Amino acid sequence: MEFSRRDTLALGAGAVALAVLPFQVNAAADEAIAAFTGGADVAEGGVTLTAPEIAENGNTVPVSVDAAGATSILLLAAGNPTPGVATFNFGELAGSQSASTRIRLAGTQDVVAIAKMADGSFARAASTVKVTIGGCGG
Amino acid sequence: MADGVKPRVKAPKKAAAGDVVTLKTLISHKMESGQRKDKDGNLIPRSIINRFTCAFNGKSIVDVTLEAAISTNPYFEFEATIPEAGDLEFTWYDDDGSVYEDKKSVAIG
Repeated sequence: MEFSRRDTLALGAGAVALAVLPFQVNAAADEAIAAFTGGADVAEGGVTLTAPEIAENGNTVPVSVDAAGATSILLLAAGNPTPGVATFNFGELAGSQSASTRIRLAGTQDVVAIAKMADGSFARAASTVKVTIGGCGG
Repeated sequence: MADGVKPRVKAPKKAAAGDVVTLKTLISHKMESGQRKDKDGNLIPRSIINRFTCAFNGKSIVDVTLEAAISTNPYFEFEATIPEAGDLEFTWYDDDGSVYEDKKSVAIG
């Protein structure tokens, strides 16, 4: 098979589009993080994010977050069409700064938890979940 | 989507003052994400529960903002401190303006 100049250009444009697409998805997640933190530095650690390594069904993936001393925790799925998952705001009678829920994941991706601590600092944890069947019903 | 929505809550009936108890909640709801299409290819509009709160005698335990990525029949598990006898109030807010409520009394003993 021979490539004409036109084919080559089309292939090149396709490759560029492929390289840019995942970046845009992450940009939406980065924006959500920036909106939550207000651009402050986010440290690693201090948050525990429990998620399965492999989820057979992306429609219900059990996740739990735990961050002692947090006032709120933001949960994001970076690879979903909309990255936001949930925000937990803990009140004065919260027994611990932890919560569990079930979420939808469109495909294999990183799940990110950002905790806002009582002193105004931010902490982050991420976990990669492999999804066999996506949960957004495309 | 206000039909067939039924909140279910698991909470202890009794606790010692100052105890930390685990609460589990589940509410039956389709949580239509707004990403799915019907068989004619039209997008099904989003219809989810967008907020869930739990309070004890009016004092907040947890206030959750839900997005479309929360599964069908939203489930939450969290912990609460019970300082005195009183009522746990659970509230879910639907996109369509409906509010679903449940209440559990906790005694000290």
